Amino acid sequence: MYAQLVETGAKRVRTLEEMSPEERAFQERVDAEIKIEPKNWMPDGYRQTLIRQISQHAHSEVVGMLPEGNWVTRAPTLKRKLQLMAKIQDEAGHGLYLYSAMETLGADRDEEIEKLHSGKAKYSSIFNYPTISWADMGAIGWLVDGAAIVNQVVLQRTSYGPYSRAMIRICKEESFHQRQGYQILLDMMRGGTEEQKQMVQDSINRLWWPSLMMFGPHDDDSPNSQQSMAWKIKRKSNDELRQMFIDQTVPQLEFLGCTAPDPDLKWNEERGHYDFGEINWQEFYDVLKGNGPCNRERITTRKKAIEEGAWVREAAVAYAEKQKQRAAA
Amino acid sequence: MAEWSLYEVFVRSKHGLNHKHVGSVHASDPAMALENARDLYTRRNEGVSLWVVPSSAITASTGDEKEVLFDPSEDKVYRHASFYKLPDEVGHM
Repeated sequence: MYAQLVETGAKRVRTLEEMSPEERAFQERVDAEIKIEPKNWMPDGYRQTLIRQISQHAHSEVVGMLPEGNWVTRAPTLKRKLQLMAKIQDEAGHGLYLYSAMETLGADRDEEIEKLHSGKAKYSSIFNYPTISWADMGAIGWLVDGAAIVNQVVLQRTSYGPYSRAMIRICKEESFHQRQGYQILLDMMRGGTEEQKQMVQDSINRLWWPSLMMFGPHDDDSPNSQQSMAWKIKRKSNDELRQMFIDQTVPQLEFLGCTAPDPDLKWNEERGHYDFGEINWQEFYDVLKGNGPCNRERITTRKKAIEEGAWVREAAVAYAEKQKQRAAA
Repeated sequence: MAEWSLYEVFVRSKHGLNHKHVGSVHASDPAMALENARDLYTRRNEGVSLWVVPSSAITASTGDEKEVLFDPSEDKVYRHASFYKLPDEVGHM
């Protein structure tokens, strides 16, 4: 979801009998729910898959700050501005926890960030949509962070120790994000003008489907899903997580007094779940490929931040060097 | 970033408790490491004291050494108080 499509390099999942002794010992450890730590032996495919997934996840946190940054100077009150800044600072922190977890696998942070900037590495498609009204700050907190929570709560049990620990830390902080978002919408629906209420509904209309796309494509019989599940990097399928999210979100949507832009959304007594319409997968793949409404703007902003901050990083190194020489003299 | 060092971060969550490892930060010097650690790991009253240690200064045991290092303690039950059965009359000891 924050990592929507992760290549594992596997053609099919191999049986224990087909594995080398060390790979078999590794798989048995995973099967026994014992966490894999940085110094343990691991198959190269496991390592590369994790680097791809964790870096995508980290990039999503970092790029995720940009749509919200748009509203820091436009927040309606000082209170809302402080809350928004606190949330954005959390996202930066989440990115850092994840980059650190990624580095324990031997990946280089600069190289992985370069892959983001060159378009080789992906980040969540959701952050390529524009934030055109204040209600979007509410809808993002409620829907986007809500979807992130569903995914990340499950990822706390992922098999790689540092990733799992980063998830536990992130989940502790994420609930504030969702609640502040929902409260923004609730305030607008309860005390707002007709125009403001319309703004909330409009925001939900635009962000509903992209939020459902966050969970990634259907789990077909793709070897990537199966391999990720066998390694217990992934613990639940994309479709299971999407259903969990919809089931918990629809009552909140009704409480707001709003509707979803999906005529097929209705409770199915027999299944004990909500039924919902088909996602526009063409749009999903287009956005993921770099052709969403804001892809170019997001990457341009990221690059600019890195380039224009170069002198600060250089100055910090020069200062540290000078302090060291002074201490030695 | 390549020129910046990696530091491991330890937080004392409450007075009287020991410092516990929480993660790592990049920084150009120890003072910046401390500032970054403060911003990253203690935004919600998580601590009352911080340590930062260059990651390169840590010597760690490897997973392969687990048996060699830690198995010998498994068969030394006499190191635990519960190994010594005393008559009830002795009372709490």
